[in-house]
Amino acid sequence: MPRCIIAAAALYNSVAMWSFLHKLGSPPWLYSISGSILRWLLPLTLVALVVGAAWGLLFTPPDFRQGNSYRIIYIHVPAAVVALAGYYVMAAAGAVNLIWRMKIADTAMKATAPVGAALTFIALFTGAVWGKPTWGTWWVWDARITSMLILLFLYLGVVVLYEAYDNKEAAGRACAVLSLVGTVNIPIIYKSVDWWYSLHQPASIKFTGESTIDSSMLYPLMFMIGAFYALFVCCLLLNLRAELLAREARTSWVRKLAGVEARS
Amino acid sequence: MYFDNMQAVLSMGGHGVYVWSAYAVTAVVIAAVLIVPTQRRRRLLRDLADVQRRARGDANPAVPEPR
Repeated sequence: MPRCIIAAAALYNSVAMWSFLHKLGSPPWLYSISGSILRWLLPLTLVALVVGAAWGLLFTPPDFRQGNSYRIIYIHVPAAVVALAGYYVMAAAGAVNLIWRMKIADTAMKATAPVGAALTFIALFTGAVWGKPTWGTWWVWDARITSMLILLFLYLGVVVLYEAYDNKEAAGRACAVLSLVGTVNIPIIYKSVDWWYSLHQPASIKFTGESTIDSSMLYPLMFMIGAFYALFVCCLLLNLRAELLAREARTSWVRKLAGVEARS
Repeated sequence: MYFDNMQAVLSMGGHGVYVWSAYAVTAVVIAAVLIVPTQRRRRLLRDLADVQRRARGDANPAVPEPR
C-alpha cells in the first residue's frame, strides 16, 4: 500500500514538473507570469535598495581602521556577489540551449548578459573609488581585480557576439560556448585573494566558521545582498519580456497584445 | 543615526566624495538597467500597434510614424 502511494506521488511529481517545464517553455505564459511578478517585486526591490543604502550610509558605525570610506561595502560586495551568481545563471541557460535546443534558455541567456555586465561594472567602479582612500590607488593589476575585469569582458562579449551574427540561432550557440568556457574564471575570482598576494582583503563573511564582521555591519550587508539579488531578478525579467516580444513579434499572442494596445 | 548633522553626513570625515560618488554612479547604473528594457518593450508594443492600426486603414494613428 505505501509503495502504491509513493509511486503515485512520484508520478504526480513528474507530471507536475513536466507541466511546469512545458509552461516555462511557453513564451506567452512566461511573459504574463513575469509581468505579474514584476508588479510587486519591482517596487519592493526599489524600497529595499533605498532602505539598505540608508541603513549602511547613516545608521552603521564607521570602520575602526578605514573610517567612513568602508560604507561603499554596502554596494560593492552585493554587486560583486550577484555579478558572480548571475554568471552561473547565464552559463546554465547557455548549456540548456546547447543540449536541449530550448529557445527560452537562449532568450534567458541573452537577457542575463547586460544585467551581469552592469553589476560587474558597479563592483569594479565602487572598488576603484574605495581603493583610492584605502590603498592610495584607484587600480592595481592584481588577481582579484583583473579576474573581475575579465568577467566584465565575458558579459560584454556575450552582448556583442549576439549582435555580430545575423543568424540568431548560431549567435545563441556561439554565446553559449563563450559563457561556458568563461565559467573557468568564476572559481579564480573566488579564490584569487587566497591564491595570490593582493591588496584586496579576503572575504569577511564565511559560510563555515565565524565571520570577521560585526553584526551591526553584517545585517545591513546581508540585507543589501538580498536587495541586489531581487534587483537582478527584476532586470532579468524586464529584459526577458522585451526580448520575448521582439522574438515573437509575428505570433498571434503578441498580435493580440499589440491589438489591445492599438485600441487603447 | 550615526552622524550628528547634515554637514557630517556629506563630508563623512573627508571620505564623503568617495562614498557619495560611488553611491551616485551605482544609482545611475541601476536606473539605466531598469529603464532601458522597459522602454524597449513599450516601444515594441507601440510599433506593433501602429502596424495594426494602419492595416485597418486608420488614417490618423495616435503615434505618427514608427522609427
